[in-house]
Amino acid sequence: MIITNIEEVPGKKIVAHYGLVTGSTVRAKHVGRDLMAGLKNIIGGELKGYTELLEDARGQAKDRMIEQAKEMGANAIINVRFNTSSIAQGASELYIYGTAVRVE
Amino acid sequence: MEELISLTANLGIPFLIIVIALITGSMIERRHYRSIDQREKKLGHIPLLNSKKYPKEDTVIDSRFVSGSVVISYDYFKRFLAGLRQIFGGEVKSYVSLIDRGRREAILRLKAKCPDADLIVNLRVETSSISKGKRKRSIGSVEVFAYGTALLYSKT
Repeated sequence: MIITNIEEVPGKKIVAHYGLVTGSTVRAKHVGRDLMAGLKNIIGGELKGYTELLEDARGQAKDRMIEQAKEMGANAIINVRFNTSSIAQGASELYIYGTAVRVE
Repeated sequence: MEELISLTANLGIPFLIIVIALITGSMIERRHYRSIDQREKKLGHIPLLNSKKYPKEDTVIDSRFVSGSVVISYDYFKRFLAGLRQIFGGEVKSYVSLIDRGRREAILRLKAKCPDADLIVNLRVETSSISKGKRKRSIGSVEVFAYGTALLYSKT
């Protein structure tokens, strides 16, 4: 599966459009990580636990999008966009969307 | 006497935390900037574009989606400085350097995922503040997420 965030797949020709594909996940952080982050918050620096958590969640959202595109018979997704919104305290939604296409 | 002890405890502990935060925070920041400078020199050969158009004179053999992200928290001292700033207004310099670190780190991580790329197009950088809890117990941190499309040209 080729994924790009521009309107084409460079070096290839788009032969069919399948429409919008999306993937999303809502994640909450757990207490253990929060405790460590609280300590780290005094001295500053990177919160590795949160970085990993968000990377992981984005990966899951992306996989869901790819799954949807595969079902449609597409082999590439173009114009991919990311969106992050916090829906409640301590939980955030990660949303990814793009256009499924077939390229040759 | 008892009053004196409770006064030192009430004022002394926050003061101590601020001093610790000042020392460790500036140490971490200096070390981080040094590592950013080093890696930026190493990965500086990959040009970044934030437009969707790219030069078409070469043939593209591969395109890949790349991303990089980082969560950085501010230390207690930075928060203290920002709190003072809120009285007088003006630029909060202590937070500017924090977000600058985050952005550069995220872009570096993005580049590190495709060291063989010839060009990265349509770079987007997203910033969001996460975990805005209750005022006292909140963990202040900022997340920076960078993404783009890496292109590989044929070498002929």
